[in-house]
Amino acid sequence: MRTHNILLSGVGGQGTITAAKLLTTGLMNAGYDVKMSEIHGMSQRGGTVLSQVRYGDEVQSPVIEPGTADLLVAFEEMEAMRYLNYLKKDGTCVVNETQIWPMPVVIGSVKYPQGILDEVEKKVALKKVPASELAEQIGNPKTMNVILLGAIVQSMNLEHIDWEKIIRENIKPQFHDINIEAFKRGLELSK
Amino acid sequence: MKKLMTGNEAAARGAYEAGVKFAAAYPGTPSTEIMENVATYNEITSEWAPNEKTAVESIAGASLGGVRSLASMKHVGLNVAADPLFTFAYTGVNGGAVIVTADEPGVYSSQNEQDNRYYSRAAHLIMFEPSDSMETKEMIKEAFALSEKYDMPVLFRMTTRICHSKSIVDCFDREEVPDKPYEKNVPKYCPLPVNAMEMVKKLKGNIEAAKDYSNNCKWNYIEDNGSKIGVIASGVSYRYAKEVLGDDVSYLKIGFSYPLPDKLIKEFSDLVDTIYVIEEIDPVMENDIKAMGIDVIGKEVFPISGELSPDVIRGAILGEKIETVEPDQDYLVNRPASLCAGCPHRGLFYTLGKKKDAIIYSDIGCYSLGLGQPYNAGDAILCMGASISGGHGLAKALEATNSDKKAFAVLGDSTFFHSGMTSLLDVAYNQSDVCTIILDNRITGMTGHQENPGSGMTLSGEEVEPADIEQIVRALGIKNVRTVNPNDLKATEEAINWGMELKEPSVIITRYPCALKRFSKLDKEEFPEAFKQSCYVDTDVCVGCRLCLKSGCPALAFNSTVENKSGILEDMCLGCGVCQQICPMGAIKRHENA
Ligand SMILES: Cc1ncc(C[n+]2csc(CCOP(=O)(O)OP(=O)(O)O)c2C)c(N)n1
Repeated sequence: MRTHNILLSGVGGQGTITAAKLLTTGLMNAGYDVKMSEIHGMSQRGGTVLSQVRYGDEVQSPVIEPGTADLLVAFEEMEAMRYLNYLKKDGTCVVNETQIWPMPVVIGSVKYPQGILDEVEKKVALKKVPASELAEQIGNPKTMNVILLGAIVQSMNLEHIDWEKIIRENIKPQFHDINIEAFKRGLELSK
Repeated sequence: MKKLMTGNEAAARGAYEAGVKFAAAYPGTPSTEIMENVATYNEITSEWAPNEKTAVESIAGASLGGVRSLASMKHVGLNVAADPLFTFAYTGVNGGAVIVTADEPGVYSSQNEQDNRYYSRAAHLIMFEPSDSMETKEMIKEAFALSEKYDMPVLFRMTTRICHSKSIVDCFDREEVPDKPYEKNVPKYCPLPVNAMEMVKKLKGNIEAAKDYSNNCKWNYIEDNGSKIGVIASGVSYRYAKEVLGDDVSYLKIGFSYPLPDKLIKEFSDLVDTIYVIEEIDPVMENDIKAMGIDVIGKEVFPISGELSPDVIRGAILGEKIETVEPDQDYLVNRPASLCAGCPHRGLFYTLGKKKDAIIYSDIGCYSLGLGQPYNAGDAILCMGASISGGHGLAKALEATNSDKKAFAVLGDSTFFHSGMTSLLDVAYNQSDVCTIILDNRITGMTGHQENPGSGMTLSGEEVEPADIEQIVRALGIKNVRTVNPNDLKATEEAINWGMELKEPSVIITRYPCALKRFSKLDKEEFPEAFKQSCYVDTDVCVGCRLCLKSGCPALAFNSTVENKSGILEDMCLGCGVCQQICPMGAIKRHENA
């Protein structure tokens, strides 16, 4: 099997790293060779976060070459645009419909750009998912990342892996049920 | 058992499996998680050292005492530890010793991009360079065996990508190695001039002997794909090359990178017509191989700085670029890192940034974020601890040039313990009027909240007597010392004005915990109210003057609730009250018992 590439982009604190961890653990258990790369220098202090996940028969590089990602999963709208160059021409971009203001917007020196997703849609295949909103609905905003995990699994046809088991084994017991619920919502979302 | 591990986790696992009993480190990206993971193995006594020099010295002592021991640090940390390193090379080891240096091609979170492979050449020490996590673990184990075989500490060079990338690791059991009781041996362990020349000879003989190992070990090997083009690569560069070039070229993979396998390189050069040497940062292998009289292509086609990546190699060797969809820059706004909501550095930088007569020698830590907008509070940075000694020299120059500017030094608690203490001794001894501000947020913040001698807790979670910064400062000979709460803007301003006027050394300690810190018992006692409240903007009172935004707090969002008025993201706000004190209208209010 050729190597598949998934890029997760977001902003510090959105749970991209946990989502990537669950994803890679599932892929490894399913018997794939897996590599993941993460640069988390100043992410805690408001920077962008990028997790690169690669899986297949034998994976060499831990990083994705620009123009080769099968899937770009942006946890925030601007972070979809920022990393678009990683996506294959015929790749898919899944975006969580939410905006997190960067410092220059927060202090009112520039406005958050309008119409980002319309612009992204002109360039690549786009699936908009209201993961943050759904997470609020099911009662825990933090489960947004697991909703997006569901969307990834659906997009990459990875339903054959026992994700509920992965969630149970890697998330604190008191959050099992809500995360499994979140995961199921995510699976349905991007259909 | 198979596990997905980062290189850092794998290095720690390797130490565990190798029977290591003692380990010490000073935190620094990208190496920090090595020691955090070592600490999860109860069989290993693991410690945060005050700095890298003490870490290496303590493992030299542990080695002398007969156990396997490991030290880890970021690339610049090895500069701090270079003094013991070069002579530890002379004494050699009793129990095996491995020193991990984590280099930062591309400088993700460092102050420079030095190539620590030069240290292996300069100190005559064996070096390993893994290309993924499994190799990291297995090479660490072999490094211990070789340390004992060749009687030297072994250098282990990782890079950010290796440290922070995950790949699959097969975990094995720990192998207990027999302790080697200490035996007195003055000629071996005391590099007095009478002994030193013998020691050099022994070291150089051992490193020469290691060449044989290099030529025959499993870490250096040829993959002959019948091509006339060959690639010699080490570390992650080898993976990038394989990714792009696959089986179209032949490879000489280098994992044991000093001394280089001279015979194997010669053999490889006979096999192919053209050789590319692919390595990050400096042309270290390239120059060594050229010195063997073998012609190779290296830095004339590959970048001399920055991280390599598959696309860089594709461009350099194949002249190709995969087509991409480019982002539209009009839709992007940068996300510069900022001080967190509730960060105790905010009050200080808001206040200090207003002092136009201050020249601020800053340091390495979260406070380097004080240099940027909106504070602009910083003029220079060099290396850890340099704020105070740099500030001292600056103060002397300002005096000599009759300047009316004032020198300030700004550094954190961990940096003070690391190397600021000796610098402050310089100030006290040689008397300059630099005003030193120690931002004591009760933790090593920048690198992800490691305990330090002042936090009252060790790496293994043991409570200890916290080092008292104020007492240390006084003991060093500084008479003018004040401790303030930096969230109290009035007190902070008064202290800065006081330091500004003094014509002799002074120290201000701003004492308040990092907002992300896990509170210890001591913290809870000392700061019972911290981070328990939040503020809000009364939009009827707010006039939209934006002065509060000068606090640079990410929890403040202009326009977020009412157009042209300030707002506070209440789930982010921790109620430090800095913006509340700035607001001239009294529009920012505090929720009671939030
Ligand atoms: C020689 C060296 N070792 C380690 C580091 C990595 N490093 C950068 S900042 C920092 C700690 C800063 O902690 P502290 O001084 O307490 O300031 P804070 O970040 O908490 O404000 C460390 C360890 C470095 N840059 N140089």
